[in-house]
Amino acid sequence: MMDTPASAPQGPGPTQAAAPPVVAFQNVSIRFDGPPVLQDVTFSIAPQETRILLGPAGVGKSVLLKLINGLLRPDQGSILLFGQEIATMSEERLFPLRTRTGMVFQEGALFDSLTVRDNVAYQLIQELVPDDEIDARVHQALKFVELDQTFGFFPGDLSGGMRRRVAIARALIHQPELILYDSPTGGLDPITSTTIIELVMKQRDVYRTPSILVTHRLQDAFTLCTHRFDSEQGHMVSLPKGETDLNTTFLMLEEGRLIFDGSIHDLIHTENKFVREFLE
Amino acid sequence: MALEAIERVAKNIVLTVQDYSLFAYRAVMNLFHPPRYWTDFLIQSNIIGVGSTAIVLLSGFFTGGVLALQSAATLSQFGASAITGRFVSTTMIRELGPVLTGIMVAGRNASSMASELGSMVVTEQIDAMRALGVDPMRKLVTPRLFACISMLFFLTILADAFGIAGGGFVTVVMNHQNGTQYFSMAWEHLRYPDIIQGLVKPLFSGFLIASIGCFYGMKTTGGTEGVGRSTIDAVVFSSVLIIFCDFLLTQVLLTVFPPI
Repeated sequence: MMDTPASAPQGPGPTQAAAPPVVAFQNVSIRFDGPPVLQDVTFSIAPQETRILLGPAGVGKSVLLKLINGLLRPDQGSILLFGQEIATMSEERLFPLRTRTGMVFQEGALFDSLTVRDNVAYQLIQELVPDDEIDARVHQALKFVELDQTFGFFPGDLSGGMRRRVAIARALIHQPELILYDSPTGGLDPITSTTIIELVMKQRDVYRTPSILVTHRLQDAFTLCTHRFDSEQGHMVSLPKGETDLNTTFLMLEEGRLIFDGSIHDLIHTENKFVREFLE
Repeated sequence: MALEAIERVAKNIVLTVQDYSLFAYRAVMNLFHPPRYWTDFLIQSNIIGVGSTAIVLLSGFFTGGVLALQSAATLSQFGASAITGRFVSTTMIRELGPVLTGIMVAGRNASSMASELGSMVVTEQIDAMRALGVDPMRKLVTPRLFACISMLFFLTILADAFGIAGGGFVTVVMNHQNGTQYFSMAWEHLRYPDIIQGLVKPLFSGFLIASIGCFYGMKTTGGTEGVGRSTIDAVVFSSVLIIFCDFLLTQVLLTVFPPI
């Protein structure tokens, strides 16, 4: 069923293709009470690669994301995270591995009884990092998401978009080796969504951190593919016509099955009926 | 159909007991391995201990008062109203102090634990904590468990003291009896087994309140409605189990320390 890329018109593949993948799924299946949520899912994320996971609501996108850092356990299959099998790993051993990843949850999942400073610094506080260093790093992370003024605020004082940006700052403060974005633009207005996508792009292009982004908004996905972050200008700019970001590729789920894995070119030229309907 | 329903319910009960046992075991064992969150333990001790002091003192005082009123009325028929102090102190210390304090703290704290943790579950804050490399069992459950056990111990002592004081107040002010006689009777007939019995029970009650409150909170599903369900379950099960556990402990302790 899976569409395989027929051609790669954008040029040679990513240079890190030979390096071991950061994440590798092999025939992963999971079910709760009822039909399988994910079935025989196989894919990988290479170093410096950004994967965009597309699909309508309820096809298992968030479940797949939670499987990557072991928040959920698969019923079948193998999941390698940073080269280590986590499908059967104990929770105790998973905690240090999770600190190497950053996760942005659908609604931000900020701790509502803590200030923005304590939310962003949560990991650092647990590691007993000195307060001065924490403050400096939190300011730096908040500047990255352009929310330095919210340092002493509580999550309840922030808008939905601001909460997502604080969640991004929290995910990035520890300089993760992999970032998982769970619908970071879901339910946001177009302008705020573009701001969030620009932050994702900034992280991709400035720090080259591999990531996977779950979304059902095609506009966000295509913006990520057709733009790059210009550090000198401080905002995103369009790539020349016909060019796309080689390290940004797509996955698509339909009823728990991975039905597409390829580049933007393959996506828009695919013959798969479900993908075509989704795109249209 | 009816058999299937019974089978399903029975399986659910067995599964819940199994999950609860594993949950409680993990919560206890976490104390023996780092990391330990002492700051959270102190915060929870303040919330549970200091926060519950007023209701425990008031309920203890009035329970002692009611005991004095009722017992004096009955004992006077036998010309034994002088032993009201003995009756109130023994009843408060052995039975009513631990049980009432447990139920009052369960109503206040098992509900707050279940609703707080339940809200964190449905808003993905627990998942966020795990994703940040922090074990919610160690960070949230274990400190609550040991804070509740230790605070309930001291709250019970306070409830006992205020219960005896309440009985004394009623005896002197309302029944117009001798206060010195009341307090000397209350003190002189106390035995160490009575005190041991009264201080062992809150250790078990504290364990039940925190472990059940946290258990129902952590297994919340179904959004805000689910949080409400978890809160009700936590209060109902912890209150009933406190009384059931009190019954079992009384049986055991009366065997160990037989009444003279």
